[in-house]
Amino acid sequence: MEGDLSRTDAVWSEQDTTPAAIEAALRKLLAERYADSVHFVPARVLNLVVIVDADWSGEVANRLARVGRYHPSRTIVCAVEPGRTTLDAQVKFVADVDEAHPGEMALSFENVIIHCGERHLAHLDSVIDPLVVTDLATVLWSPHGHHDAVDALLNLVQVVLLDSVDEPDVTEALGRARALSDDAYVVDLAWLRSTPWRERIAATFDPAPLQPELAKISALTIRHHPESGAAALLLVGWLASRLGWEPSPLHKTSDALVGKAHARRQDIELRLESAPEQSTRGLASVELETAGGRWLKLDRGPGGLAAHYRHSRGVEREWTILGASRGEPGILGEGIRQALLRDPTYKPALAKALELS
Amino acid sequence: MTENPLTEGLERLPVHPTTLTIFGGTGDLAKRKLLPALYNLAHEGALPERFNLIASSRSDMPDEDYRKVAEDAIREFTRRTPDEDVLKALLARVRYVSGTFDDASVYERLGKALDEFDEEAGQALNRAFYLSTAPEFFPVIVQNLGDAGLDDHADAEVRCIIEKPFGTTLAEAKELNEIVLGVFEERQVFRIDHYLGKETVQNMMAFRFANGLFEPVWNRNYIDNVQITASEDIGIGTRAGYYDNAGALRDLVQNHMLQLLCHVAMEPPVAFTADEVRNEKVKVLHSIRAPTEEDVDRIAVRAQYAAGTAGGEDVKGYLEEEGVPEGSNTETYAAIRLEVQNWRWAGVPFYLRTGKRLARKVTEIAVTLKPVPHLAFKQEGSVGVKPNQLILTLQPNEGVSLSLGAKIPGTRMRIRPVNMEFLYGTAFLSQSPEAYERLIMDAMRGDATLFTRNDEVEAQWRICDPIVQKWESTPGPLPQYEAGSQGPDPAEDLTLGADQWRAI
Repeated sequence: MEGDLSRTDAVWSEQDTTPAAIEAALRKLLAERYADSVHFVPARVLNLVVIVDADWSGEVANRLARVGRYHPSRTIVCAVEPGRTTLDAQVKFVADVDEAHPGEMALSFENVIIHCGERHLAHLDSVIDPLVVTDLATVLWSPHGHHDAVDALLNLVQVVLLDSVDEPDVTEALGRARALSDDAYVVDLAWLRSTPWRERIAATFDPAPLQPELAKISALTIRHHPESGAAALLLVGWLASRLGWEPSPLHKTSDALVGKAHARRQDIELRLESAPEQSTRGLASVELETAGGRWLKLDRGPGGLAAHYRHSRGVEREWTILGASRGEPGILGEGIRQALLRDPTYKPALAKALELS
Repeated sequence: MTENPLTEGLERLPVHPTTLTIFGGTGDLAKRKLLPALYNLAHEGALPERFNLIASSRSDMPDEDYRKVAEDAIREFTRRTPDEDVLKALLARVRYVSGTFDDASVYERLGKALDEFDEEAGQALNRAFYLSTAPEFFPVIVQNLGDAGLDDHADAEVRCIIEKPFGTTLAEAKELNEIVLGVFEERQVFRIDHYLGKETVQNMMAFRFANGLFEPVWNRNYIDNVQITASEDIGIGTRAGYYDNAGALRDLVQNHMLQLLCHVAMEPPVAFTADEVRNEKVKVLHSIRAPTEEDVDRIAVRAQYAAGTAGGEDVKGYLEEEGVPEGSNTETYAAIRLEVQNWRWAGVPFYLRTGKRLARKVTEIAVTLKPVPHLAFKQEGSVGVKPNQLILTLQPNEGVSLSLGAKIPGTRMRIRPVNMEFLYGTAFLSQSPEAYERLIMDAMRGDATLFTRNDEVEAQWRICDPIVQKWESTPGPLPQYEAGSQGPDPAEDLTLGADQWRAI
């Protein structure tokens, strides 16, 4: 698979170790690796610190191994075991080729796995600080919660990667993202899942004659994976923040969350429905109507998004907007890539989403 | 026009629905580069929300046969494993129009297909015509597009993308510009130089204009010379038919290498818009005096590769390659020395060289600074203090390195050069997209920043044309260089004073 890290050298491990010993091992191994072959060059893009429950560390490792071509340069995984009192660690160097040929460069990446206990979490920065590559952005991902560890590391990291759909309570999840965004740049995978939908909605209303229709949107219906309510709320929040809607909290009916947002010209009817038939996390469909009688629906379909459009005179058209599904590994890889970029529209969308939830 | 508030923060800005027509749809470039690029764009969801492709070529075949041609090309040449659903959906939007390019009925049928796509969409789609054919067909295609009324489309844009070479002499380039601009307006024309689509070439702009460190020394007071090298270790392969009519000067110097020179020498543009950037490049080209016939022998060297060794294997010389006419005078190596005569660069030689079957494949720009004005250190016992060099490597390992003098550990003050390196691949997560992916999208978007303008192309030819004319009128045989070597000995005479070519 493109970008697979195929060559792995499990090169160092120690039980009951210290951060200083791990750091010394990293330095020594880097020097040895380079001396062994000058064609291997250490990647220097970003550090990724991952805090996981030890029982689920294999699953997370699998996800990281399948991110495609977006690899962190140094990954530090803290596998948390209840009751553990000492640190055990392993360091592995991986490369993107089996063998580097003269004239070619082969990138090498460093993976550090630290087995730690809950007692270490409140001061995890003292463990991690010596291990991150200086002057590189550090991204923190804690898919199993461990908020105490996240809080302990906030002074050390520049980016927090999270997935608002991971938390069972959507309001809490969005609230946590909002709080974290005061201290770090937040990359929310729930937000990234809506990127292709946002691009397509923006494109539909981009031609100059259609831009005034944005002010006439009168109804928005979003169907989503049962666990992806946060993604749907963020999409509504995006439209609300870009178009100046004032949303009110949504309320639950038998089969949906419904409510209104107020815009200058008219109210917008909002409806968020669960799509139990959808196996992929994220959105299933987005439907927009305008007061002028235009209707746009985007559905997931083979080969991309299936677009259905009806304009005010009643003529309907259908076509496919091409694009491959990124899948969960692709979304995670995209999240890592986004750590180097800055999107100014997430925070305002998040704020509006919180008003809805 | 009001801004669309939904586009802020999006990495990919909307592109108006477009039907792209590729003339030369069964050709090598289409199969190896254009079709795979379109697939990759489709895969990433980067194509316009409505996208159609019409291919046109001489071979007579129905739509479904061409879709198979396209599918095979995509499977063979794309950089990823195709998603079957995306591939199928893309191919469903492909049609084929066969015929010779001088046949008016081709354009009638093309127009009909374009109109059918518009009708299906219920709107006027933008139309882009990509001329991916041998250059001799450019005029006839453009003229026929005009005659068929396909140069204009109510409520939508029409664009014409033209591959290189844009003419093979200054006169031809001017004539072709006249023909093209007789049908299209300049804003509709996108002349490809695929080097401009490379991330590393675009990174030169970022390097020069996003870092305050370099601008103060980027001038004749501190820079001694600039060398631009585009060398290949391979021969012409099976491309004798094209290459023997082109030669190294036309193939690389007239276009890619002069563009690289412009990127090094240009003033900072006031804005990164197509015309502001191209204005600055044209100013550089206008600052280079076109050589006279007498100048050519002094400032330009040509040669052909002879048999030698490459990659440990014995290889043929150019004249023994398949398809090369006996006694061919086509150069496979060209080196020239130019001067940019303006306040910033007067007196700084710019050395350009390119060749096939040289020691290795590399494209780089080496900026050598002047030596320090006074050296307090004695230099015995070391290689000595060398002038600083800034090397921008465009391929194979994209990056920047700066050579500095550093003290060798020991009791004495002995200095040797060391390198401070930035390698693009280590500092960015993703591989660069293929240049053609960027260029096709920019053309569909109407952004001409990475394309050459009419005056730019003619200014490039104004510099190279006297050399082409002199060489064509001077019989051979040409000087030879051994395949796998550093190039011909006469190239050493081009460098001035203590300047030396960098090792390839």
